[in-house]
Amino acid sequence: MNSPVRPFPPLDHTHGLVEMVHGAGGRAMTQLVREIFVTAFDTPALRRGDDTARVPIPPGRLVLTTDSYVITPRIFPGGDIGSMAVHGTVNDVAMSGAQPLYLSAGFILEEGLPLSELAWIAGTMARAAHEAGVAIVTGDTKVVERGGCDGLFITTTGVGVLTDDRVDIAGDRARPGDAILISGTLGDHGIAVMSQRENLSFDTPILSDSAALNGLVERMVAAVPDIHVLRDPTRGGLAATLNELADQSGVGMVVRETALPVRPEVRGACELLGLDPLSVANEGKLIAIVPAEHTDTLLAVMRDHPRGHHAALIGEVIADPDHIVQLETALGGRRIIDWLAGDPLPRIC
Amino acid sequence: MRFIDEYRDPALGRGLTRAIADAVQPGRRYHLMEFCGGHTHAIAQHGLADLLPEAVRLIHGPGCPVCVLPVGRLDMALALARSRPDVILCTYGDLMRVPASGGDSLYTARAAGADVRMVYSTLDALAVARANPHREVVFLAIGFETTTPPTALALVQAEREGLRNLSVFCNHVLTPPAIVAILADTADAPPLDGIIGPAHVSTVIGSDAYAPCAARFGVPVVIAGFEPLDVLRAIVMLMAQINAGRATVETEYTRAVTATGNRTAQALMEQVFTVRESFEWRGLGALPASALRIRDAYAAWDAEARFSMPPRTGREHPACACGSVLRGALAPHDCRLFGRACTPERPQGACMVSSEGACAAAWTRRPRLKDARPKDTRPKAQPAAVGSGGGDS
Repeated sequence: MNSPVRPFPPLDHTHGLVEMVHGAGGRAMTQLVREIFVTAFDTPALRRGDDTARVPIPPGRLVLTTDSYVITPRIFPGGDIGSMAVHGTVNDVAMSGAQPLYLSAGFILEEGLPLSELAWIAGTMARAAHEAGVAIVTGDTKVVERGGCDGLFITTTGVGVLTDDRVDIAGDRARPGDAILISGTLGDHGIAVMSQRENLSFDTPILSDSAALNGLVERMVAAVPDIHVLRDPTRGGLAATLNELADQSGVGMVVRETALPVRPEVRGACELLGLDPLSVANEGKLIAIVPAEHTDTLLAVMRDHPRGHHAALIGEVIADPDHIVQLETALGGRRIIDWLAGDPLPRIC
Repeated sequence: MRFIDEYRDPALGRGLTRAIADAVQPGRRYHLMEFCGGHTHAIAQHGLADLLPEAVRLIHGPGCPVCVLPVGRLDMALALARSRPDVILCTYGDLMRVPASGGDSLYTARAAGADVRMVYSTLDALAVARANPHREVVFLAIGFETTTPPTALALVQAEREGLRNLSVFCNHVLTPPAIVAILADTADAPPLDGIIGPAHVSTVIGSDAYAPCAARFGVPVVIAGFEPLDVLRAIVMLMAQINAGRATVETEYTRAVTATGNRTAQALMEQVFTVRESFEWRGLGALPASALRIRDAYAAWDAEARFSMPPRTGREHPACACGSVLRGALAPHDCRLFGRACTPERPQGACMVSSEGACAAAWTRRPRLKDARPKDTRPKAQPAAVGSGGGDS
């Protein structure tokens, strides 16, 4: 911030737009990075202006993950692409039981994106990172011609450290007899985004559940270090995630429909749109698979945390050579919960 | 959720499944066809087949709009979207993944550059036309009498607004002729003992529309809503008729269906559409007076009149048994492709695409493959209060 780079030309934060020159590697780019990203994220590593961030790491196993964020609309009820890019990657690190520490952020900007929106999104990223206790320490900016991307794409990489040697949380560790827990209501994020897209309004607005879960995971792991699996059911919803885990662990699962927490307004929207809440995306929920004897302890810890108030035991892992996930319906029948084939498509009738 | 939860109540459901079990007469079988994809979806979604005794068998009917659309008609729409860069083709989401000839679909056409858009209603298509005055917006209209009045309304609205860049590629079909075709086909399909009649379609055309079918073929029809208790109650009502040797049209879905239907919607359909001499149905073949076309007065909005859209003969996967499945002649498991070359991820036929399709519904049940060893590894729970046990149908 303090080096004598003259503004070229001055950034107009109110009416200015992203231009090709902001990605050309010249002074305009440096200016954009400084005035928008460095100002918002405000970390010592970024302020130094180097291409790399040198950061201290506590002893333990290093955990790395990366994810790209593309979403229409960029700002939706309860969140936006910026906060989501922080929450999503923080959560991916946390699902290993690790403590997330640092993030990198890569931006692909479309020529013509309002600078005011970019600054606003950088601000929500900074707030989300601050709340999650992680620092955004390095980044990259590219600009593509109008039409080359949809406004703004963000890629974040997360680094965390797993300090407790006893913790071994992985997708292949679900065992027959394990209990399946969910941290809260299903489908809030997907329906919030979809209702914005389809211009649907409800008496009670449906907000995205986008949130960082590392605080919740920290408590859970402290109480039950022997958690077998943690995963956040994002794209494809609970259905896709349980199928992934059944496949990875080589087991089957049975989930009880009556135990699934779904907000009435989300159920209503799903009925209206012809969607299944099991296949709708979440951005602030996790699935925990644990030995059954830890169920009560873990549920109590989860319900005691603001991100887990509506935690519930939803089913159990069973032996099944076909690795099928089944739903026991409220009426007492059974059906297979399948992977979603492509996008969820609304039905006609 | 009001008006939903009441119709999914587990205690009431147990009562109805008990009534079904009690109604079974020794030595009698009850082969019931649920005509509508909406029913098929509800049966799969709520696992209803598990709750029925061995003697009661549900056969999935052809009332799935995307399933009965012949491949050739889809090919015609694809050819139009491909050959005319000025065309925006709008349609319902269900149709996007349906396989056309040569492994094509609306999705693959879109990936290759055609402007194909998914809409929720004809109102969206009107909005697209207004927003793109220099483009030709073609609405690929499909469906039974449920989706027909909204299409009619869109054309009336387009006329009123003088909106000249909207047109409709009409593939609307009629329900009663399809029911007649199924009941008349005794060659390769097993005889049916009863029909669970359409829900939403009947709100428009009324229950009287099925009286000739019931009388001519001596098969009872019970019009049922799309909620699980509606379906179970319709089964109870059908079994009572079968046991008593009656064959009349009854309505379970009394909260929405009347004898004469929705006169306003019927008048709209009459104003805009007229009956085609014959129309090809996937699975059922060419059926006389079974579909609608746009009246000459609205020819300016008829895509078939406006563009060069030569008829095409679609190429289906040679082994695809969708046709027989739609007639109830084959069960999805009997198709050679089912679960092997044809899965929800890579559907070969329309019945596997829509969640209303018979094959997609069958795919939600175990065992998934006919020749798979039945390996039920689930812990033995108490059968859900079904008197004679919950056998697979």
